[in-house]
Amino acid sequence: MIRPGPESLLIIVPAWNEEGCIADVIQDIRSQLPEIPVIVLDDASSDSTLQRARQAGAGVLPLPHHLGLGGCVQAGYKLAAELGFHYVIRVDGDGQHDARDIPRIFEALRTSGCEMVIGSRYCAGAPIQERGLRGIGIRFFRLVLRPILGRRVFDPTSGFVGVNRHALDVFSRSFPLDYPEIEALVVLQRRRFRFLEIPCKFRPRRTGRSSITALKSIYYIFHVLMGVFVNVLRYDRRFHRRSAGAEIHSEK
Amino acid sequence: MQSLLNITTVLSVFLLLFVLFSVRRAHIRVEYSMSWLLAAGGMLLLSRARPVLDYATRHFGIPDTPLTLFLAAGSVFLLMFFRFSMIISALRDDNIALAQRVAILEFHIRSLQQTHE
Repeated sequence: MIRPGPESLLIIVPAWNEEGCIADVIQDIRSQLPEIPVIVLDDASSDSTLQRARQAGAGVLPLPHHLGLGGCVQAGYKLAAELGFHYVIRVDGDGQHDARDIPRIFEALRTSGCEMVIGSRYCAGAPIQERGLRGIGIRFFRLVLRPILGRRVFDPTSGFVGVNRHALDVFSRSFPLDYPEIEALVVLQRRRFRFLEIPCKFRPRRTGRSSITALKSIYYIFHVLMGVFVNVLRYDRRFHRRSAGAEIHSEK
Repeated sequence: MQSLLNITTVLSVFLLLFVLFSVRRAHIRVEYSMSWLLAAGGMLLLSRARPVLDYATRHFGIPDTPLTLFLAAGSVFLLMFFRFSMIISALRDDNIALAQRVAILEFHIRSLQQTHE
């Protein structure tokens, strides 16, 4: 049974049909952080992702049916909040994220005072490697998010994200369900939370293919754009009551 | 015009009967049948009340009486689709919350079992 201590970190790994690499992802994490609990969020995979994750020694949160990335990650945040963890880092189950970057994200979370730390591919002006519509989408959302967030964000679609207890409480109550990364930034901004990007190197997918095809990319852009503006326009009574009490951090 | 009204009457009666049979066979819940019954009833009344249609056509400056009928029908069904979209959205939210809860409880049960083993 997991019993988190003070300054406790949980690593969550959302996975859907990742039997080809989930064990390697868990081994990577374990080799870097042997004491840190790892929970795979199995989004009702139809292959043996769940079994392989258990064999590799990870805890598994088995969703009864496919929820999509946002619902799956939120389940992980809810579990982490319930278990009492102070920090959560999300590592994708497709092997793109390098476990060697996790300690740096954790350190930034603990020392920066930011509610969210993003492992970013494009920090410090690194060129966008994504081609076609996905590359256009990233550039487009950088432009859209800049006035909303009041600062630049280099990699708004990165899923390599760490959050502290404040953001965890917010996300376990309210988290975008489809394509969550960009909308999550707006959710945080609405609460005057801060985020930090640190440079990380992403690897190509080890197995399988991304679920976002060219056609879906177009849908993605419209869907996320709609979600961003809905979040900007959303009136949150509880937030306004709390912000009157000035207990929320100021924007960086 | 009269034949259009007659066809609307027949279709409305068919819709009423279809919804009632569906409720009886429990294919549709009573609370969700109410919108359909109201829509079908409204269309039935409109199709049998030609003076009301003529009045609405003149009052709103619509060029044609059949167009008034189609506008009324279209508006009613658009409102119903919107209502059902709201219901589906709420059901999806509940469904996701339940699925997450089930997964978390299953995780706790497994953890407890491992502790006792």
